[in-house]
Amino acid sequence: MTARRCHQLPIAVEDDIIVVRRAVRTLAEAHGFDTFASAALVTATSELTRNAWSHAGGGVATIDVVEEGNRVGVRVTLKDSGPGIADLPAALSGGFSTARSLGLGLSGSRRLVDQFDLQSTVGQGTTVEILKWKML
Amino acid sequence: MRGTIPILRIDGVLLAAVQVELRDAVAEAFQVDVLTAIESERARGLVIDITGIDVVDTYVARILTDTGRLAALMGTETVLVGMRPEIAATLVRMGYPMQGVRTALDLEQGLRLLRRSRRATVGKYGRGPA
Repeated sequence: MTARRCHQLPIAVEDDIIVVRRAVRTLAEAHGFDTFASAALVTATSELTRNAWSHAGGGVATIDVVEEGNRVGVRVTLKDSGPGIADLPAALSGGFSTARSLGLGLSGSRRLVDQFDLQSTVGQGTTVEILKWKML
Repeated sequence: MRGTIPILRIDGVLLAAVQVELRDAVAEAFQVDVLTAIESERARGLVIDITGIDVVDTYVARILTDTGRLAALMGTETVLVGMRPEIAATLVRMGYPMQGVRTALDLEQGLRLLRRSRRATVGKYGRGPA
């Protein structure tokens, strides 16, 4: 799998969520994603970027275009240095309710993408990486 | 009205077309505006048009359903119109329950839904509109 780095964007203020989302949408559309795949990836990105902003006070979003064989995908990595997630299974089960999201943010995002990888260490931060392939 | 989302009144129904990005401050002002308008206009229904929204994540979905539930506490029914196919698909995939609002394809069908539901209420309780 080869990856080409396209954007590295700060998540510091609420409006950065919109900036990250737009960068992902533009890239997905430029690589021929259909509207459904693009909406799924952009929505998952929005969800996870908002998490980094609201739970961890911000972080960094990295957006890559990846290629493997004859397929192409967009990968988004959200890294923060926030409090981390103490109970990962609960957070991913969808029953983990936070102030504003009904607890479906992480589990819902996972269902929208093809690959979902979450690493979190309490007191150090959380990194979540999502990848969506373009439908062949 | 203090927010950036205009709320119009058509035939006893409030109409709000969301065409800006929903942020915390915008969402809060919108909900206050809706509740104030329901009281001052004695509105029997609220239509929220989301044709202009391109992403509905759980944050935006929560704002929309909360607004419907707030309106319901004041006796006003909310209909969400203009949801694009990819947004419907995304919400179902995520498993988000859109509780507190009904949905219709477009503004015209949303208004029809409110009229029908009003007639049903009048029939059930045997009294006319206030």
